[in-house]
Amino acid sequence: MNLVLTKDEAAGVLGEEFAQARKRLPGAGEVAHFRQRAFDSFAAAGLPHRRIEDWKYTDLRALMRKVWPLAPAPSEEALARAASTVKAHAVSGARQLVLVDGVFVSALSDLSRFESGLRIRPLREALEGDSASLEQLLFVPQDQAVVALNGAMMTDGVVIELSEGASLDRPIHLLHVASSHQPVSIFSRSRLEIGRKSRAMLVESYLSVEGADSYQINDALLLSVADDARLDHVRLVEDGIDALNISSSFATLGARAHLNAFALTAGGAVSRYQTTITFAGEGSRVESSGVNLLNGKQHADTTLFLDHAVPHCSSREVFRAVVDDRAHSVFQGRIIVRAKAQKTDARMMTRALLLSDEAEADNKPELEIFADDVTCGHGATAGALDEQLLFYLRARGLTEREAQALLVQAFVGEAIEEIADEALRDMAMATAARWLSRRG
Amino acid sequence: MPLLEIKNLQVRVEDREILHGLTLTVNPGEVHAIMGPNGSGKSTLSHVIAGKPGYEVTGGEILFKGENLLEMEPDERAAKGVFLAFQYPVEIPGVATMTFLRTALNAQLKARGEKELSTPDFLKKVRTIASALGIPQDMLKRGVNVGFSGGEKKRNEVLQMALLEPSLCILDEMDSGLDIDALRVAADGVNALRSPDRAMVVITHYQRLLNYIVPDFVHVMTRGRVVKSGGKELALELEAHGYAQFEDAA
Repeated sequence: MNLVLTKDEAAGVLGEEFAQARKRLPGAGEVAHFRQRAFDSFAAAGLPHRRIEDWKYTDLRALMRKVWPLAPAPSEEALARAASTVKAHAVSGARQLVLVDGVFVSALSDLSRFESGLRIRPLREALEGDSASLEQLLFVPQDQAVVALNGAMMTDGVVIELSEGASLDRPIHLLHVASSHQPVSIFSRSRLEIGRKSRAMLVESYLSVEGADSYQINDALLLSVADDARLDHVRLVEDGIDALNISSSFATLGARAHLNAFALTAGGAVSRYQTTITFAGEGSRVESSGVNLLNGKQHADTTLFLDHAVPHCSSREVFRAVVDDRAHSVFQGRIIVRAKAQKTDARMMTRALLLSDEAEADNKPELEIFADDVTCGHGATAGALDEQLLFYLRARGLTEREAQALLVQAFVGEAIEEIADEALRDMAMATAARWLSRRG
Repeated sequence: MPLLEIKNLQVRVEDREILHGLTLTVNPGEVHAIMGPNGSGKSTLSHVIAGKPGYEVTGGEILFKGENLLEMEPDERAAKGVFLAFQYPVEIPGVATMTFLRTALNAQLKARGEKELSTPDFLKKVRTIASALGIPQDMLKRGVNVGFSGGEKKRNEVLQMALLEPSLCILDEMDSGLDIDALRVAADGVNALRSPDRAMVVITHYQRLLNYIVPDFVHVMTRGRVVKSGGKELALELEAHGYAQFEDAA
């Protein structure tokens, strides 16, 4: 412990928080042991910093100056505030599941008329209850200190299971709402497992109520897509202006499975979305696209790791960043094609649009190919808006801001187009449009 | 009051003076042709009127309906009624033509404090104009000018002109890259827009275009100024004898 304190003050504070909170964190026995191991693993490494290659552009030790106290269970007032935010962002037809300050709130969630084969439980209940599915929930990968910390501190979340052959006729909308007017830290973890030949759509929104600007989220999402199943996942981040959001997702695909994933970050002060996708069965495909829309002094990092472990799979990543003022966008995309993963088709294209001289975009595509019969490619560009296009639009009567907005929309549209489902695509476009209209 | 008054206009691009004291007056209802060899400053003139960045006006003035045009942003000029049909219309992938037309029209209406068109009225108006110009509906769904032929791009410029109803249309080398059939379609579209309230400045290298859009006045421009003005017969004279005589005069 003392070792941690000398290395990293924030990690020391987190140690004190863990010591204080552990008694009221859900789960005893096996779960409590897991928490301790996870915390030890975090403490040995401390917060990631710039000398760790994977965190070179997002130095959490520098960016996370303070550690906020663990969020208390939301008060009645907090729930009332959250309710109006939830209402404002409700997706028509979707099944709403709401976490307020990391705590599952059944009163704001739709737990009625479950489709056949669907089961939804709060994480707390799963951690405190039977042990059948504990093994999957108690997951921490190697060398991922922030995920280890999440494992130690996880307070609540949702556990969703969809059985073989079941198909959801409406999307699940998981809303992460921050409601506290005091700075707090939030640790949540969720899991979605869909069985063979099943089909589901998951939308996640990160939102805050008016006045809840300063908070720290550490979320983990575990996704399992069985053989011949299909999952559409859309993530829209519109966190409060001083928020820090570190989210990690892990997806494992069976054979002939299909994952269509999209992540948009338009809010928060500092954010990192790191996702690991593993092909475990042959003949599967993944589209994973994303957009960062940043201004002010925002810092947003999207880090993607695709593991082509088996043959005959395809992956396609399209990423776009729009960076204004002094904001900083990071895209790291690493694709590994293992020796036996022949006939892999992997493509990654990332482009950044810089709207100001002080904006920064770092693009780091990495391909590691150990198989010899594959099609792989990547490309990265960064640049400003085309002056010729701007003048053409302005000569037709659009103001400078209107012309920029139209071109920015077209630019991010290239990534949003990758969303397979039309309704989800419209949601992502609307989120981008909100960012543009806030920009003025 | 003249619609457009250009007085002794001097313009530089970087360190080079392109226009050396150009004077031109255009009244409502008139069609003026500006003819001249390559490099005479014709396109520079059209860009400066539309407000393209990168040009430095070092002397003279441009009044539009009596107001100082040079103080206005390009979008203000457009809303006041200035329209430049580009020699090379740009392609804008990802922006559907219909969205672009709607955004442009609404921006101008808003700038003038006028009411926006309802969606059905807007669609009806665009479809009517498009069909008169032989522009198929599916072209309007595509990205602005993306994959359009040269003729289609020019027709799209005329479509915008008809929709936005400017009082001054500047056609910059509208005939470049067009075959006779495409030129005729575009010119018919332009002629349909001739009216007593609207003036046109047709910039061209060749007399050919002026067989289709017949001007009231022809100005010969060489080396950054107007060296001769006359009626439409001047264009024929140029066709017969070339620009060399004026190059010497300048």
